[in-house]
Amino acid sequence: MNAVLALPASLSLATPADVPDAGGHRSIAGGALVVVILLFLVVAAIGFLASRWRTSSEERGLHSLDEWGLGGRGFGSWVTWFLLGGDLYTAYTFVAVPAAMWATGAVSGFFAVPYTIVLYPIVFILMSRLWSVSRSHGYVTPADFVGGRYGGKVLSTAIAVTGIVATMPYIALQLVGMKAVLTVLGLGSGSNSFVNDLPLIIAFVVLAAYTYTGGLRAPALIAVVKDLLIYLAIVVAVIYLPSKFGGWGSIFGAADHKLSTTNPATGKPAGALIPGATSFNAYWTLALGSAMALFMYPHSITGVLATKSRNTIRRNAVVLPLYSLMLGFLALLGYVAIKAGTMPVDTNGKINAQLVVPQLFLDSFPSWFAGVALAAIAIGALVPAAIMSIAASNLFTRNIYRDLIKPDVTPRTEAKISKLVSLLVKVGALVFVLGMDQSSAINLQLLGGIWILQTFPAIVAGLYTRWFNKWALLVGWAAGMVYGTIAAYDVVNPATGKHFGGSIAAIPGTDTTVYIGVTAFVLNAVVATVGTLVLRAFKVKDTADSTRSTDYEVDEDDVRVQPVPEDLRAELS
Amino acid sequence: MPQPVPSPDAPRHGGALRPDTPVRGPARPGPYVAAGVLVAIGIVLPLVVPIYARHDPELAGMPFFYWYQLLWVFIDAGLLFVAYTLMRKEDRRRRDVVRAAQGSGPDSHPPRHAAATDVSGDATEDGGAR
Repeated sequence: MNAVLALPASLSLATPADVPDAGGHRSIAGGALVVVILLFLVVAAIGFLASRWRTSSEERGLHSLDEWGLGGRGFGSWVTWFLLGGDLYTAYTFVAVPAAMWATGAVSGFFAVPYTIVLYPIVFILMSRLWSVSRSHGYVTPADFVGGRYGGKVLSTAIAVTGIVATMPYIALQLVGMKAVLTVLGLGSGSNSFVNDLPLIIAFVVLAAYTYTGGLRAPALIAVVKDLLIYLAIVVAVIYLPSKFGGWGSIFGAADHKLSTTNPATGKPAGALIPGATSFNAYWTLALGSAMALFMYPHSITGVLATKSRNTIRRNAVVLPLYSLMLGFLALLGYVAIKAGTMPVDTNGKINAQLVVPQLFLDSFPSWFAGVALAAIAIGALVPAAIMSIAASNLFTRNIYRDLIKPDVTPRTEAKISKLVSLLVKVGALVFVLGMDQSSAINLQLLGGIWILQTFPAIVAGLYTRWFNKWALLVGWAAGMVYGTIAAYDVVNPATGKHFGGSIAAIPGTDTTVYIGVTAFVLNAVVATVGTLVLRAFKVKDTADSTRSTDYEVDEDDVRVQPVPEDLRAELS
Repeated sequence: MPQPVPSPDAPRHGGALRPDTPVRGPARPGPYVAAGVLVAIGIVLPLVVPIYARHDPELAGMPFFYWYQLLWVFIDAGLLFVAYTLMRKEDRRRRDVVRAAQGSGPDSHPPRHAAATDVSGDATEDGGAR
């Protein structure tokens, strides 16, 4: 079983020189870095060639949002599997989930597994209807759908702004994930901070360039490489590392020991191997709330709308769980790192849990394979960052620029604006990460998850019924946003004293701690329901719905499945 | 909702369907109810934490809490596979009913008998009442 890894006997295993000294300075991990650079170049080449994939020569410039922002709406099951896998399982996921396991154990880390289990039945139910109505009307964004279903612009603008604001920190965090890999490779330790940041800047410039030319096709193709690499890395890690470190029993024993040790700053155990009864509600609400929120994110919906048939997303819901298995084992690598004694020391000499898995890979594998595994994580930042920036820019172009500024914009101009905005979005994320404290990005992402969940009532109810009143939904959304933000702010980390210390808090008036997003969602739904009942009782008029019930059922063979031609668009309210 | 004016998004380029023409025939509730139950199990059971928040029985050194949840990855995929098969078959049957009745020409009429979409299916397919 170890024969494959025994082959390159001439290449040494990671030497102690790759481990940082007490000050956090480390030498460059040459072998691994070469492999990372090579794989990055391969991926960049694929990205630049992507604009030619499945396009005729007239289409090659990708001159409409459908072509640039949705890849021509033609992705089949296999491409979708790779695209969504690359989109949903991001570099930040790969870095943060094991980090949470390493630091505090099951509740904050392993909820990612039931989250990504419960996610797919939800997707299975909801997304086909969204696909059908979006194909019927040429919707590119979730806010397009909300605008069409409920009429007017207020609610759709609220949804669009929520989507943009929730996506931006997520892009920034992909950079954080990439930075973890670059730090472990030794590229962050120099004295010149510009030189330290240069690899990240180069990577992002290349990403921005091929996303500009290739649109969604670029991350779709790159996702194939990324996903194959990450599966390879995890399969090898899960087979090789437990036997190297004494078997799962011994690994869990070490984890249990570390997590039950009292943390001097808080006076409580550092974490838990198995959640205690007081954590049950936090665990399942984190899983459920995150699952409900994930497909409200614009980048997930972009992945769905780019598929070529109504059932593609349903078929994928059956097989995407394989990624969840991969994520579960990745989470357990956090415990393996505890047993292995991995020291995730950052360039400032402090412990940074996010470096745990990259450091574990570098310590435990021959340098060439460590390079493959680290490249998988780093490339794992490029795919979602591209899709997220495309989704955010589609939202801006359709639901801010077209809806609010210039309603008669042509498809060609839409594509141009989207391309430009996606560049700006990426630059903004880069500046944010390089200039600000990493914790700001993490806090915003925490809030972003709570915020995007508040779009669930408007979107999901809208897929099934027009019963809810648009204004009631708007007020519900606002209530959820306000409560969620304040509650998250009020969570203070006992060790550091900082706000936004976590995402769980007691339901007001009770002792039950749950995920803030879920409490906010319940508040949102209740307010929307009560508001609708009140407004209906007063017979307040609600605006028109430009969808028909059969729109939600059309598939790719139905004649009516054409994007709305430009001359008709002006007539739609 | 009253619609006296033809819908603005009716295709003018010779599309055969008026916007409110059903694209599939009435639903039989059976497949949808069965699929709905499977999907509901797939959502609810993995979230009932008290069932699995325990150490024993261990499997290959892993506490029950961990291997049980990893097992549910496979179980949910299986549930969704069965649900997908059930719904796909029924969906195909319904669409074939409407397409057979419409024939192949671009100007064919909707089926003579009222092929109203049956709303008795559960929320997984048509809950489209306004």
